[in-house]
Amino acid sequence: MEGSILFSVRLSLQVAAVSTALIVLAGIPVAYFLARKDFRGKELIDVLFTLPLVLPPTVTGYYLIILFGRNGFIGRVIYEWTGWSIMFTWYAAVLASFIVALPLMIKTTRAAIESVDRNLINASYTLGHSEFNTALKVILPLAKRGIVAGTVLSFARAMGEFGATLMLAGNLPGRTDTMPIAIYSLAGSGEWSQAHLMVMLMTAMSGVFLYIANRYTKRII
Amino acid sequence: MGLDVKLQKKVNGFVLDIEWQIGNELAVLFGFSGAGKSMTLQLIAGLMKADQGQISLDDVIYFDSSAGTNFPPQERPFGYVFQDLALFPHMTVLQNILYGAVNLPKNEKLERAHGMIRAFKLTGFKERYPHEISGGQKQRVAFARALIRRPKMLLLDEPFSALDRPLRLEMRQFLREVRDNFSIPTILVTHDVEEAFAISDKIIVYEHGKITQIGSPERVKSSPANIYVARLVACDDREDERGESQNEGEP
Repeated sequence: MEGSILFSVRLSLQVAAVSTALIVLAGIPVAYFLARKDFRGKELIDVLFTLPLVLPPTVTGYYLIILFGRNGFIGRVIYEWTGWSIMFTWYAAVLASFIVALPLMIKTTRAAIESVDRNLINASYTLGHSEFNTALKVILPLAKRGIVAGTVLSFARAMGEFGATLMLAGNLPGRTDTMPIAIYSLAGSGEWSQAHLMVMLMTAMSGVFLYIANRYTKRII
Repeated sequence: MGLDVKLQKKVNGFVLDIEWQIGNELAVLFGFSGAGKSMTLQLIAGLMKADQGQISLDDVIYFDSSAGTNFPPQERPFGYVFQDLALFPHMTVLQNILYGAVNLPKNEKLERAHGMIRAFKLTGFKERYPHEISGGQKQRVAFARALIRRPKMLLLDEPFSALDRPLRLEMRQFLREVRDNFSIPTILVTHDVEEAFAISDKIIVYEHGKITQIGSPERVKSSPANIYVARLVACDDREDERGESQNEGEP
C-alpha cells in the first residue's frame, strides 16, 4: 500500500507540474492582453477565464466532458482521427487542473502588469523598442514577482484539484488517482491511517506553497 | 528646416490648438500647469495622437492627419526625457544607457555607452542601480540614455522640477552644454519662470491650450503680448531677486 501512496504523490506532482507549465505559457499572454489592450468584449473574456474559479468544479468538469468527452465537440474529432480519447487518462487530470488553476495565474499576472509604471513603457517606446521587446525587457521583468506568485498559486491549486479531475479522469487506482482522489477513496473505504498520512502531506505541501506565494505577493505591493 | 508643429486635440473638455516652428535652437514651452505643454510633447513623440494637424522635422513628416501619416513613437528619432526620468529600476546605469542604443552592432553599442558614461561623469557608477545614485546622476543617466542613439531632436518634460535649487542651476549649465555639443533642436517644458528665461533661445508661451506669444526671452520680457504674459514676467523678476540673494549665500 506504501507504493500506492508514493504513486499518488508522484502523479499529483507530475499533473501539477505539467499543467502549471501550460498555465504559464497560456496565462502570461492572456494576462498581458487583458492588462494592456483595449478591445471589445475584453471584460467578457476576463469573466470567461475567471468562471472556473467560482463555479463548482463539477460544473467545470461537466463543460469539459461536453467539450472533450468521446462524444464531445472537440473530443469526437480527436477520437475519429486517432481512436484516442483523453477521458480517464492522466492527461485529463492535467486538462482539469489547467482550466481550474488558470484564473489564478491570469488574475495575479494581470494585476502585476497593470501596476508597471506607464512612463517606463513609454520610455521604452521612445527609445525605439517595439511593443514585443518592451514586454520582454521591461514589463515582464518588472511584473516578475506577480508572475512568480501566480505560478506558485496555480501549482498549489493544481495539486489540490479534485472535482473536475474526478469527472474527467475518474478514479482509477494506479492510473488517475491523484492525492485528493486517493484521499477520497481511502476515507470512503475506511483506511484511516493511510488517509491521515496523505492528508498531512497534502496540507504541509499546500502550506509551503502558500507561504512562498505570500512572500512574493507582499513585495509587489 | 527645423520643427514645424500644428496640432489640435480635444481631451475631456480641454482643447489644445497650437501652431509653431522652431529651428536648431533651445525652445521652452512655458506656462502654468495644465496649459497643454506636456501634452504637446507627448503628441510630438507619438505617445498620444492628435485629432488634426501635422508634425515635421527637417522636411520629414511624422504626423499628418489629412494624409493619414502617423509614425509610432519607435520610429520617431527623438530623445525624450520624462519628468520622473523613467529610468528602468531593474537595470544598472550601463544597462539603462545601452537600452537606448537600439539597432546597433554590439561593440558599437558598448563603445558609445562608455563614451556617454565618460562624457556625463558617470564613470564608477555604471554597475549601480538607479536607486543607488544621486538625483543629479539620475538626470545624467536619463540624458545619456535618450542621446545615445543620436536623435534628431531632444524633448524634455520638466526633467529638473524635482531637484533642489543648486542642482537645478548645475543641470541648466549641463543642458546648455548638451545642446551645444549635440546641436539638435531641443524643447524644454517648464513652468519654472526663472528656468524659462535663463536658458532658452526662444520662449513659446502657453495659455489654456493656446499660444499667447512666441519670441526671444528678451523680447517676451520687454514687451509681453498681454496681461497674462506680463504677469508671468513679473513673477520672473521676483523669482530672480530671490534667486540672486540665495546664490550669494552659496559658496
